[in-house]
Amino acid sequence: MKKKKYSFLSVLVLLVGLVLAACGGGSSDETSTEGSGDSDNGNAQDNFSVAMVTDVGGVDDKSFNQSAWKGIQEYGKENNLEKGDNGYDYLQSNSDADYIPNLNTLVRRNFDLIFGIGFMLQEPISEIATQHPDTYFGIVDSIVEADNVVSIMFKEQEVSFLAGVAAAMETKTNKVGFVGGMESDVIMRFEAGFRAGVHAVNPDIEVDVQYVGAFDNADKGKQIANQMYTAGVDIIFHASGASGNGVFAEAKERKQKDPEANVWVIGVDSDQYDEGTVGEHNITLTSALKRVDNAVKDVSNRAKDGNFPAGETLNYGLAEDGVQLSTTGDHMSEETLAEVEKFEQQILNGEITPPGTLEELEEFLK
Amino acid sequence: MEELGLIGIIAFVFYTSLSYAAPLIFTGLGAVFSERSGVTNIGLEGIMQIGAFTGIITNLMLADTFKGMTPWVAIIIAMVIGSIFSLLLAVSSVTFRSDQIIAGTALNMLAAGATVFLVKKIFDGKGQTPYIQETITRFDIPVLEDIPVLGPLFFQNVYITSYLAVLAAILGWFVLFKTPFGLRIRSVGEHPTAADTMGIKVNRMRYIGVMISGALGGIGGAIFSQTITLDYSAATISGQGFMAIAAMIFGKWNPLGMMGAAIFFGFAQSLSVVGTSIPFVQDIPTVYLYILPYVLTILAIAGFIGKSVAPKALNQPYIKGQR
Repeated sequence: MKKKKYSFLSVLVLLVGLVLAACGGGSSDETSTEGSGDSDNGNAQDNFSVAMVTDVGGVDDKSFNQSAWKGIQEYGKENNLEKGDNGYDYLQSNSDADYIPNLNTLVRRNFDLIFGIGFMLQEPISEIATQHPDTYFGIVDSIVEADNVVSIMFKEQEVSFLAGVAAAMETKTNKVGFVGGMESDVIMRFEAGFRAGVHAVNPDIEVDVQYVGAFDNADKGKQIANQMYTAGVDIIFHASGASGNGVFAEAKERKQKDPEANVWVIGVDSDQYDEGTVGEHNITLTSALKRVDNAVKDVSNRAKDGNFPAGETLNYGLAEDGVQLSTTGDHMSEETLAEVEKFEQQILNGEITPPGTLEELEEFLK
Repeated sequence: MEELGLIGIIAFVFYTSLSYAAPLIFTGLGAVFSERSGVTNIGLEGIMQIGAFTGIITNLMLADTFKGMTPWVAIIIAMVIGSIFSLLLAVSSVTFRSDQIIAGTALNMLAAGATVFLVKKIFDGKGQTPYIQETITRFDIPVLEDIPVLGPLFFQNVYITSYLAVLAAILGWFVLFKTPFGLRIRSVGEHPTAADTMGIKVNRMRYIGVMISGALGGIGGAIFSQTITLDYSAATISGQGFMAIAAMIFGKWNPLGMMGAAIFFGFAQSLSVVGTSIPFVQDIPTVYLYILPYVLTILAIAGFIGKSVAPKALNQPYIKGQR
């Protein structure tokens, strides 16, 4: 009996603790709102400070987070800011549960503009943004509709188009491949752009398209790549996250077995040159980059000058330096680079609009 | 794929099935040993993660010392670490008689968290390891590869690990069904009281069963990461451990049946990949090809293999003197 009483008591204590903790959270939120209100007045003669919250990939993820942090650092350097409060900074999220506390911390530290990197921060940003209407927020690769939030999106189809041009110029077998992660809107933009780019150079080149059905299924990615290379494809463009590891693994294996093998992979999002290293060789032809750094820097500068594109969705394409084809390793020939350059100009002039959906692609191919 | 001809397509399906199956066969064999001794090892997913992680880390650290032999050294170290990790399950579920499913699940959660945490600690906060340079690769077996028909089927583009896996399964079957040691393992899983009466140390046999499964799961994980992903991140092992357990049930707790099931899973997946380039099949919407492996599995289990019966004392801790 005594034992039971004790356990009841301890549960009661825990419950009280929980309730108190909940209250504590609420009140600290309030103070922080006040804090940010104060800071707005104070910041009139102060620096325009910028910070970001990473997703679980961490700040060295060789991808979005790293790129965004690079952009913020550049912004800081150009404006003579220092890392830390009233300058620029980042907070790393080690789990999904960290997003909201991290955003709250940055708001409390009076940053003027706070970025959430990656679609996983969509919900947290939209929640915190409504609680703190006086702070500016930015979200990368997703859309949040609120008056103090800017959504940063990319025109993947434009850089994929150029990747298609490069693949079409470099292929020796007149067969190229596309490996997608899942059939989502974003990945469809990659596919449509790539196929259109190949078609623009040479309509006779065959494009083998396959989807893995997941972003983390490397073994199926590897099988698909194996099947494509066996069937005579020599260049594969992948937009499949970690499933793409399998594509790289297959290409590297072929290169290792036969250094003369003509196999290439086109990387995605960040420069995947390092992934393609096999001994003295490298099989990464180029990478379709999303320049999150440029986008983040651009938004920061606009906000600093008082032109924060509040509530807007910005689409970064070639014209805005938001997407780009990498040239690390110099695997592409002069001719190819010239052709890529030519099409890039045509896209910039508006003579060509790379298709962003399969319907638009149908139109384009006609 | 038309250029390949029929033999080409069959050869492709064949060797990709085998290469997909190799890690599953090792891990599934581990599952057979553990469950035959009466301990459910749902923690094999976690053990594979530990194996994959250990394989990549040791490969990265030892590549300069061992060169071409590195993957094999890494597999052996992963085997040892996997076995030690599985001790957690043995101690909690055999000695302390905790619920085996819960203990195994704890292993899974621990491995998923610990490996990513360690990657971040070792590589300065990065979410994944660098890529390994010494990998397990395919090769053609000299002379034999030139045999018509059989050559492309069995001896070209093979992973040595695929053949090792098949050998391991056969050896596992022999040990389990033809040796006194195997009989003891099976007896403590079927009727521990009777085994105890005959002087077999039940708990010791169960420890051995679990540790064998840990060792084999570690091998499976290390093979997977060193042939397919070539780095380690949270996404490296995504369900392979559970697939291995499914293969064991599908194969009726028999190493050879388990091997057949693992190859069958591989076959179903290869078919879904190759399907897009076979005439007629390629007109089928892709979603049906995605679900093909799972549908085939359900059909096979529901229709063709008959009743699959688990060892009798599975999932029950043995308490001396209790009926």
